Amino acid sequence: MSGSGPAGQYALDRLLLGDNQFFGINHMSEEKARAQQLRFQRLDAVMAVLDAARDEGIHTFMCTTHDRVGEICDVVRADPAAYGDMVFLPCMPYAHKYANAVTEDGILGTLRRFLPDGGSLGAALRGTRQLAAKDVEGVATLLVDAELRMFEGLRTPVVWMQNVVVDLLLGLGFYDAFTMFADHVRLRHGAEPGFITMNLPALLDALETAGVENPLVCSNINKLGFRMSGGVDAYLDALERRPFRAVAMSVFASGAIPAEEAIEWVCALPNLESIVFGASSARNIQHTRRLVDEFWVEPAGRRRPEGRVPARSSP
Amino acid sequence: MTRIALVGLGKMGLSHLSLLRPLPDVELVGVCDSAGYVLDVLEKYTGIPTFTDYADMLRRAAPEAVVIATPTHLHGPMVRAAVERGIHVFCEKPLVLDPVEGAELTRLAEARGVVTQVGYHNRYVGTFCEVRRLLDLGAIGRVRSVLAEAYGPVVLRPAGRSWRSRRGSGGGSLYDYAAHPLDLLTWYLGEPLGVRGARLTSIHSSETDDAVAATIAYPGATAVLNVDWSDGSQRKMSTRLTLWGEKGRIFADRQEVQVHLSGNGPVPEGYEPGWNVRFGTDLTPAPAFYVRGEEYSAQLEDFVRRVASHEVAGRSTFATALSTDRLIAAIRVADGAPDGAETTTTSSQVSLPAVGSPAVNGRTPSSRHRNGQPAPLAVMLRSVAGSLAGLRRSA
Repeated sequence: MSGSGPAGQYALDRLLLGDNQFFGINHMSEEKARAQQLRFQRLDAVMAVLDAARDEGIHTFMCTTHDRVGEICDVVRADPAAYGDMVFLPCMPYAHKYANAVTEDGILGTLRRFLPDGGSLGAALRGTRQLAAKDVEGVATLLVDAELRMFEGLRTPVVWMQNVVVDLLLGLGFYDAFTMFADHVRLRHGAEPGFITMNLPALLDALETAGVENPLVCSNINKLGFRMSGGVDAYLDALERRPFRAVAMSVFASGAIPAEEAIEWVCALPNLESIVFGASSARNIQHTRRLVDEFWVEPAGRRRPEGRVPARSSP
Repeated sequence: MTRIALVGLGKMGLSHLSLLRPLPDVELVGVCDSAGYVLDVLEKYTGIPTFTDYADMLRRAAPEAVVIATPTHLHGPMVRAAVERGIHVFCEKPLVLDPVEGAELTRLAEARGVVTQVGYHNRYVGTFCEVRRLLDLGAIGRVRSVLAEAYGPVVLRPAGRSWRSRRGSGGGSLYDYAAHPLDLLTWYLGEPLGVRGARLTSIHSSETDDAVAATIAYPGATAVLNVDWSDGSQRKMSTRLTLWGEKGRIFADRQEVQVHLSGNGPVPEGYEPGWNVRFGTDLTPAPAFYVRGEEYSAQLEDFVRRVASHEVAGRSTFATALSTDRLIAAIRVADGAPDGAETTTTSSQVSLPAVGSPAVNGRTPSSRHRNGQPAPLAVMLRSVAGSLAGLRRSA
């Protein structure tokens, strides 16, 4: 179902598997989060869920740059015969890694810690020079490269900027950062830039100001209005009228909405390209897949040609 | 339109700035930081007026309100400078390191009639608000005991070069982490009688504590505090409270409230005898602008609203934060401040430093009671001298 979409852009699958469930992220219960952490402590348990998703025709894994995703990448890279159809959509940065580091080392110290130091002397020198010169674009793009390193040799047609960073920059009014990210992801990595946000209406305004056209934007879209800042009506209005490629996450509001009700509501929305969902078992994946097949309304005029994107080479 | 300025561009300052700027009734008139790095980047890319001198910003930008997000040991003079000019203040937690100074600032702010707020954001978390509502309704009757906890993966190795790794600057798990559950105790139970024993433990940090344990006595109730910011099992900070009452039990963290009601007390609407669960997703309305948790947005929206309507009474003011500061100070004394030496007085009680009476005028007398009886004068004086020296040195 993937391939080049309108205007030559990579078209996303209808369903994307997310990774929150693997890392103990649950917005409703710490107990449930811990149970999931226990369950997915071993990599083969994670791989079993990814395999179950692929059995259901879900080949796209939308994931953070958590260290453990690096282990998944290693497994996939080592077995191209089995995993040749698998696509990664990395979301960066994994924010808690940086937030905890800031408490320990301060903002500058954290940047120094995560900028490349080993492997490539050129990159290390570049980082030090750019940090000293307050070259935000240089520092940011080096961090993007560093976060993407774990995906070397794998297909990453879209690279997402994580919501905490998107929304922080949005609030500060630092719109140029969106352009820097989009240009870098396109030019250096040959991928489509994506933006995750909890403030969809405000972000669309900012991306328009920044000149990022027809952006790929992932946001909470659910019947409850959970973490839909700006209000459900503004979101519906944006879906109806604004030129952007919409991906819905948190459609079940962390389990607060019954699955069938949640999927029926979200599938009826106009101009939705994809849904990213979390699932811990083959049964959940099958159930979600069946519901989406039942309720999905293909927008008029959308092409979903079959096709493949080439694997990324090292930057 | 409210004219707001901000000082301190660390993690909290940037977060506050990002949340304030999109608010419809706010005009950001200046940001200030001593280190030029983040400041220069902000000026270049966002056009927000920047300053490197705080007094200069207050004078030239003429804000009606200021958000102070500098390291804790710098709060005092900055708060004073603002309040003396009649500027409303939102200050990050803890308010100050020395409760005597905190009391002076609280009195000064009251005298000048300015709106004050301290960044104890848990008072804006939907689940913790629900706990407060249940306690007010008497759902679990008189609270007998409380377990107050906070865990997180902040310091997992011997490193750290920021102010948060030095106690004298307000760093360490007591000021940075324990302050949150302690403030919830203040919110739910009021001021305690005293601290019955405490221990600050350094695990990786050489200049401050990484874990805190304390027993706190309230009239008719006991709270046990356990805090550890070197807990690698946690993904991020987790604050949780369990309260046992005569008629039920409440557990709460940011995600959910689990309530067991015996049925012998009032059963609030929507609840039933036995187990009840309420989720944060249901208890938390979406804010106007979201960055990192609804509570951070909600506390600033509340501050801006209070400033606009000149509402001096509030949910987390200097006065409530001062109670928490005093409890923090008493925990340090119970641990044996100023040297951090172990105390063997496990059955004694360290009362909160008295700061309000004119008779003490600038002193922080802590009285120690042994088994509920007044301690010998010499012990009391040693304790007072110790706490003063420690607090002054930190400040």
